[in-house]
Formats: sequence, structure tokens, C-alpha cells
Amino acid sequence: MNRKFTWFNATSLTLGFVFLYLPMIILVIFSFNSSKLVTVWAGFSTKWYGELLQNDAFLNAAWVTLKVAVLSSTLATILGTLAAYVMVRAGRFRGRTLFSGMIYAPLVMPEVITGLAMLLLFIAIGLDRGVTTIVLAHTTFTMCYVSVVVSSRLVTFDQSLEEAALDLGCTPFDAFKSVTLPIIAPAVISGWLLAFTLSLDDLVIASFAAGPSSTTLPMKIFSSVRLGVSPEINALSTLMISIVTVGVITASLISKRSIAKQRADEQAAVRT
Amino acid sequence: MAQPANRPVFAPWTDPNEKPLIQFKNVTKKFGEFTAIDDMTLNIYRKEFFALLGPSGCGKTTLMRMLAGFETPTKGTILLDGVDLAPIPPNKRATNMMFQSYALFPHLSVWDNIAFGLKRSDMPKEKIPARVEEMLRLVRLEKFAKRKPHQISGGQRQRVALARSLAKAPKLLLLDEPLGALDKKLRQDTQFELMDIQEKTGTTFVIVTHDQEEAMTVASRVAVMDHGKMIQVDTPDRIYETPNSVYVADFIGDVNIIEGTASAKGDGKVSIAWAEGQPEISATLANGVALGTKVHFAIRPEKVAISSDRPEGKANVIEGTVHDIAYLGNISTYKVEVAGGRMIKAQVANDRRIARRDISWDDKVWLSFTDTAGVVLLN
Repeated sequence: MNRKFTWFNATSLTLGFVFLYLPMIILVIFSFNSSKLVTVWAGFSTKWYGELLQNDAFLNAAWVTLKVAVLSSTLATILGTLAAYVMVRAGRFRGRTLFSGMIYAPLVMPEVITGLAMLLLFIAIGLDRGVTTIVLAHTTFTMCYVSVVVSSRLVTFDQSLEEAALDLGCTPFDAFKSVTLPIIAPAVISGWLLAFTLSLDDLVIASFAAGPSSTTLPMKIFSSVRLGVSPEINALSTLMISIVTVGVITASLISKRSIAKQRADEQAAVRT
Repeated sequence: MAQPANRPVFAPWTDPNEKPLIQFKNVTKKFGEFTAIDDMTLNIYRKEFFALLGPSGCGKTTLMRMLAGFETPTKGTILLDGVDLAPIPPNKRATNMMFQSYALFPHLSVWDNIAFGLKRSDMPKEKIPARVEEMLRLVRLEKFAKRKPHQISGGQRQRVALARSLAKAPKLLLLDEPLGALDKKLRQDTQFELMDIQEKTGTTFVIVTHDQEEAMTVASRVAVMDHGKMIQVDTPDRIYETPNSVYVADFIGDVNIIEGTASAKGDGKVSIAWAEGQPEISATLANGVALGTKVHFAIRPEKVAISSDRPEGKANVIEGTVHDIAYLGNISTYKVEVAGGRMIKAQVANDRRIARRDISWDDKVWLSFTDTAGVVLLN
């Protein structure tokens, strides 16, 4: 591999990262600005974080968002894992291709259409829009992501492990619970995290499914920005960026460490 | 050679009063259009070490998976101890299986792997640790109880898999290519270990293998399969010495097959014309044969003697030229070209140093064998 440092490589790397992260860095910096004017630097201060904590509307929205994200990602993980399990395990049955296509279709479906369809459904069945409807809508659209993550793990899963569990006296459900699930757990957790972050920052679908009393954080930010960007929003966004960053880094560290541990264990086994 | 009268011979299949443990009754298994098992009838007896031998795709694994409950027969019935297995799901069967990949649970320790089945049986909880310890002792893995499967070697994993499948004391243990992943030396040691454990526990073993040497070593009876049919079911020595078909003769070990036309000589002897201008091969066939029947004469290379001088007093003597010599250390195989360009292999134990070998390439040699050394096959 050519690891030589060249000016061309350095420049393209810098440009790439500037392109990706400059807007966010500016946002983070200005969240610590003491001036009320968003674009004029007047010294370091954390007062906007303090004021954010006093702002009930934002806190309320954050609470709704968190509730929706936890509930919908949990539901989506259960449903998505089951769907993936059926798709990988059930072998060939009539309509298998259609079924699998239908599971993955929401991945490429425009969010506006998903949102609109959801809205029409909720009106048709007379469901009052609120937290419940956002949870339902988010479950629907994040489920397929979970399903993709989990099924890619299940494909490489040695099916004889399940057969061994059955052979040793497990019922099919017991085999799934005590053998399959613990082994695919990292994929299920990744799926949950993915669904959680997707739900956390969704604006479009939430706007369709939300009622007057259930504003999510992205909706709140979007609507307040239309009245002008306040430093409070910068602070809020910085918090969201750090939460997501910590989450993503944790998830990748968990999976990296489990791989490293397994490698080390295998080497230990070779030595004995 | 006669057995001493007081030594019991284990041969329940010859006793008409013995009840078989497993009975296959006209079992057929189809996967779509493909017939994996074709109208099979077979009895396996208690305490047998029964080997299913055949090339891949012959249906041996399907047969085993039907016993374990992972496949159901398309037609016919399988009885275990006289009970129809069909309605019993795998987790309720008194059979256990050792998988080709071992299928050890990676998230559980060796101890928990072995205890897995016991925890799901009706064994009282306080008795489980003793049973697990007993199994660990049996496979000599006491020191590794706390390790995870990926922290032990391949041979140790294989023994954990065996211990796990034996822990519930099944009526029948199924072994699917159990030694396939081990290297040759370890495989040979493990074969003897398997036989030892089978004898100690008195469990009936059914083993699937494509390795004929393995089947011959461990089994009390070997079933040679092809295309979903049993070709021959017999003891290893009879499979080797008296194969019932060219397929079996060819599948087990090395063999010379000579085609010819038979004529009866009476007295249980036949004479086979196999090449023009050559003396006919004299062989034994109990039932006799119609004049002019096409037959295959099968003879093992080690039963063919090779010499530079024409031997006296042998029933069959054939002249030829050494075409090739394969030196294997303990034995050498001579490929000898005889009349009509046909090759006959003769195997000789190298009881002298190779420098003293007096037969070389292109030498004129004589092959000889007695009239009972080979088998006459009609199909």
C-alpha cells in the first residue's frame, strides 16, 4: 500500500472534512457565544445552555422525542427481528419474494409519501394524533432498517445451532430465546440504535403524524428557526450532536471490542 | 478359524428373536423431484455401532436427519423401540445428535454446553452438576469446563460436542461426520476413543461418514449407500471380502475388476474367460452360473502375488510387464500391464529394504492368486 504523504492527498482530505464538518463546527462554536446575535462573536459563555433548561417548550419537545424514540425503536426492533427471522429461516414459501420486497420497500420510499399515507390511515380509522401516532409511524419506517441489519447477521448464522438446541430438548421458542437471540444480540442492539437515531431526527414523518400537543424536538427546532435562529437552538443542536456522537462511538466500540475479544480468545485457544 | 465356544459374538442381526431398536419400513424421502431416500427398509439393533457410508448426496445425512426429527419421511414409517417416530418432534425424541460443525453454543461455557440438554430434561436440578462432571471426565476435559468453545482446540471441541450429545443418555446417538474436521492422526486416535466410549456407555451409535476407513474401523455393521438405496449392509470384513456388487467392491478399498464370460466347472467353481489366448481365471461361486454369463471378477491388490519367476501350484497365473510402481513406505503397489493392455494392481508389503527390491519398471513378472482370493460379481 502506498502510504506516502502527498500534498494532493492532504488537500483532498482537508477539503472533504471541511465540507462535512464546517457547518457543524460553526454551530457548536456559536452555541458558546455570549451575544444574542448569532453571527457576531462576543466572548465565551454557557448561558444559552442555562436558558435552554428554563425553556419548557423545548424540554417538553425533547421529552416527547425521547419517549417516541425509545418506544418506536423497541417496537421496530421486535417486529423487524421477527420479520428478518421469518425471511431467513422459513425457506421457500409462496410469495416469499413479494414479502421480502415489501419489507424493504420503505427503505426507498420517499418519507413524504410514507408520512402522508400514515396521516390518511390515522384519519380513516379515527385515531387522535399524538404521541401514539408518531410512535406507530416511526415504528413502521424504522422497522425495515432493523430487519436489514438483523437479517444480514442471520444469513451467516449456523442453523445447526438451532437444530442442536431442538435436539437437546428445547421447544422452538426456547431455542430462539436461549440460543439464537443471545448470539445475534449485537445485531439486534445495532438495529435498535439505528432505529433510535432515525426516530430521534425525523422531521417529515413526525410532522404528518403529530398532533397539536405532541411536538417533537426536530419539529420544534424547525418551526422556531423560521422565526429566526436563536443561540438557544445552537445550544440544543450541540447537545443533540454530542448525544448522537456518543451513541455512535459507543455502538462501534462495543462491536469492535467484542471482535477483538473473540480474536484474542481464539489465539489463546491455539496456544493451549 | 473357529471362535472358542465360550466367547460371545456380538451379532444381534443374525438372531431372529432379537428386536431391532430402529426399523425403517419402506421409507421414501423426496425433496421436490429429487428422491433422497428410495423405499428403504433397514433394521438397526441395540448397542450397535452402525455406519452409513456413501458418497456425498447418497442420502446418508437425510437418513440421519429423519432419525433426529429434522426431516419427515414422504412415505413409510420409522420405528424407534417399536414406536412410530413421525408425530414426535425433535425435542421429544430419545435421540441425540452430534453435528458435523459440532454446533457448540458459542455464548456458553463448556460446562453450560454439556448441561444445556440436562436443564431441559426431567433430571432433578441437584443431580445435573454430577452428571456434567461425569461427562467431562469421560471425554477428559475436566480442566476446560469454564472455557468458551472458541477458547479450546478443534479436537477438544469435538469431545465437548460428544459429551453434550451423550449427557442425556439417549437411546440412540447420531454422529454426522464427527471426525471430518480433525487431521488424520487425531482422527485415528479419536476413532478408538469413540469405540471405547460407545462400549462404556452401551449406547447405540449411528455414524454418517464418507471415509471408508473410518467406517471399517469403528462400525459393527456398515451400510453402503448410493442414490438413496442400500447397496449392502454387512459387517466390515464381509463388506470388504465379499462385496455384493461392483459398486461396493470399488467403493471400499482398492480393487481390480476384470470383466469376462463365465462357464461353470461344477463343484462350486467357475472359469472366466477374460482375454483371448490367456488362461481362464478360476474362481469360486457357490450358486454356479449359466454358461456365457457376463461377470465381473473382483480381486484385492494385496491378494495378488507378484514374482519374477513363474510360480508353481497356484490356481491362477498371469504374465505381465511392470508399468508403474507406487512406493508408500510400508507397502508398494505394482501396476502390471497384462494381455489386452489391461492393468492389474498387486500390493506387496515392503518387508525388505527398498534397495533390495528385485522388481523394477518394465520387468517381466508373473501375477498369481488362488481360486478363492477373488469374488465373482454378477452385477
